[in-house]
Amino acid sequence: MSTATTSTRSAPRRRRKDDTKLALLFIAPATVGLLVFLVWPLLTGLYYSFTEYTTLTPPQWIGLENYQRLIADPIFWKSLKVTVLYVLINIGVQTVVALLIAVLMQRLTQSTILRSLVLTPYLVSNVVAAITFLWILDTQLGIFNIFLTWIGFDPVSFWSSETWVIPTVALVNVWRHMGYTALLLFAGLQSIPTHLYEAARTEGAGEITQFRRITLPLLRPILALVLIMTIIGSFQVFDTISVTTQGGPADASKVLQMYIYENAFAQYEFGYASALSVALLVILMVITFTQYWLTKAGQSDLD
Amino acid sequence: MTTTSHPVTGSPGTAGPTNSSDPTGRTIQRPKKPIPWGKIAAWAVMVIFLLITLFPFYWMLRTALSSNNALATDPGSLLPVGMNAGGFERVFGLQDVETAISQGGSGASINFWRYLLNSVIVATAVTVVQTFSCAMAAYAFSRLRWRGRETVFMIFLGSLMIPQIFTLLPNFILIKNLGLVDTLLGIMLPTLFISSFAIFFLRQFFNNISREVEEAALIDGASKARVFFMLILPMSSAPLATLALLTYMSAWNEYFWSLMVSYTDQSRVLTVALGVFRAQAPGTGPDWSGLMAATLVAAAPMLILFALFAKKIVNSIGFSGIK
Repeated sequence: MSTATTSTRSAPRRRRKDDTKLALLFIAPATVGLLVFLVWPLLTGLYYSFTEYTTLTPPQWIGLENYQRLIADPIFWKSLKVTVLYVLINIGVQTVVALLIAVLMQRLTQSTILRSLVLTPYLVSNVVAAITFLWILDTQLGIFNIFLTWIGFDPVSFWSSETWVIPTVALVNVWRHMGYTALLLFAGLQSIPTHLYEAARTEGAGEITQFRRITLPLLRPILALVLIMTIIGSFQVFDTISVTTQGGPADASKVLQMYIYENAFAQYEFGYASALSVALLVILMVITFTQYWLTKAGQSDLD
Repeated sequence: MTTTSHPVTGSPGTAGPTNSSDPTGRTIQRPKKPIPWGKIAAWAVMVIFLLITLFPFYWMLRTALSSNNALATDPGSLLPVGMNAGGFERVFGLQDVETAISQGGSGASINFWRYLLNSVIVATAVTVVQTFSCAMAAYAFSRLRWRGRETVFMIFLGSLMIPQIFTLLPNFILIKNLGLVDTLLGIMLPTLFISSFAIFFLRQFFNNISREVEEAALIDGASKARVFFMLILPMSSAPLATLALLTYMSAWNEYFWSLMVSYTDQSRVLTVALGVFRAQAPGTGPDWSGLMAATLVAAAPMLILFALFAKKIVNSIGFSGIK
C-alpha cells in the first residue's frame, strides 16, 4: 500500500510531499470519536436544554422555559451554593497541603518510593475512597470517631450532619487527590534552579524567606495551571456523594451534578437536566477564562 | 512552624571550633555538628502525611479480615478482631446465604467475578483501542503533510475544554437510541476512540523524534504507514506504556458514566457494583467487613499495576510532557 503515485512518472523524486490520503485514514477513528461523542453531544445537549424531553416522547421545543424555571428554582441555587462551598474547601485545603508536601519533598528527598507512596490514594477510585471513609468516619464504629472520643471530643456524625457533610466529602477528596497535586507541583519545583537557593542561603535567608521570595513567585505559573485543572475537576464532584449521602441530609450535599443526575434519571426530565448542565458549563467557562486571564497577568515571573 | 536556619551541608566558614556564635547572633554554631531540628521537623510532618495517606489502606485490610460481630463490640482495636476471611468469602460468593446473614452480610447474591471481568474487558478494550487510535492521529498531526492539519488539530485541542458532565446526558441518549444501554460496548464507546489529551501527549513526543531516522527508512523505500508501524511505534514504547497505564487507570476507576449505562450484572463494572453492594446494607447495619473486602478487591489490580510500574508513572507526572 503506497499513497504515492508510482505510475505517473519516473521522476527522481520518490514520493509526493502530500500525505492527505494516509492522514485521513490515520485520523479517521479519532475523528469519528470526536464528532460522535464530543461535538455532536455538545450540540444536542444545547438543543435539549430548550426542549421538554422525558425520553418517552421526542423532545419538544419550549424555548427558554427551562432557563426561566432554573432561575426561579431554589434547589438549583442551593445546589450551586453547596457546590461552591465544596470547591472552596476542597481546593483550599488541597492546594495548601499539596504545596507543603511538594516543598517538603523538594527539600528532603528525591526518592521515587516516597513519591509513589504519596500517589497511592490517587490509584483507587472515588467510590473506593468514599466507602472507606464512610467506614472510618462512621458515627458509632468509625475509628476516627473512636479516636476523637479517646482524646476527649464528642463523636461527630460526619455523613449525616448538615454542617459536616460537605467539609467531610471535600476532605475525603483531598485525601485522594493531594498526592497527585503534590507531584504536579513537585515537577514544577524541579524546574527552579538550585543555585537560587544556594545564593539565598549564603545571603543568610531562612527557609521561610526562601519559600516566599523564590519558590512561590517562580512556581506561580504552574500553580495557576494546577488550580485551573483542579477547580474544574472539583466542580464536577459526583461519585463520592452518589455513593455516600445521595445528596442528603436535607439536600445539604446535593451538588449540581447530583441534582442534574436526579433530574435526568429519577424525574426523567432530560430537558431541564440539560439546561442545568449548560449552567454548569457556563460556570466552568467563566472560571477558566478568568483564571487564564489572571495567569497571563502573572506570567512575567517565569524566566 | 518555626524554622531556624541550619547548614544542611556544613559550610567551611562556620565549622571551626572557635566560631561559637555568628555575627548576627541568630544561630549558635557549636564545635560539633548541630542537630538539624528543621530537618527533623520537616520529616515529622512528612511522616504524618504518609500516615494519613496510607492508614485507610491498612484499615481496609484490617476490617476485611475482621468479623462483623467482633467489629461491633471492639471497633477500636488496631488489629483485626474476630479474624476470619468471611468478608472475602461473601465478596466472591463462597458463602451460603445463612452463613452470610449470620455474619452480618445481606445474603443478596453478588457476582464479583462477573464485575471484575466486566471491568477488565472495558478497561482493556478502551486502553488498547484508544491508545492505538490516538497514536495514529498523533502521527498524522505530527509527521504527515496534509492540508488543514493545523486547523483540525486545533479542533481536537479545543475539545479538551468540553467538561465530561456536558456530554454525559446527550451521550446517554445516543447510546440509548443505538440500543446499547446495559451493554459493555455502550460503556466503552464514548472513550473507545478518542482522548484529546492522549493525542496531544503523543504528538508532543512524536515531534521530538529525530527526523533523520525516519528519512533513512523512507529512502530505503518504506511507506510512511510502514515507518509508523515499524519505526515510530516501537521507538515510542515508553510514552505509549505510560499513557496506556494512565488510560487503564481512569477507565478502571470511572463511575458516573457506567452508573448511567449499566443496569444489570451483564454490564455492571466494579465501581458501580461497589455502590450497589454498599446500598444493600442489611437491617443490622452495613456489612463493613464485606464492603472493605470488596473495596480491596476492586483496588487491588490498580495497586499491583502501580507497584510494577510506579517509577514510570511517578516520573511522567508533570507538565513538560515526557522525556
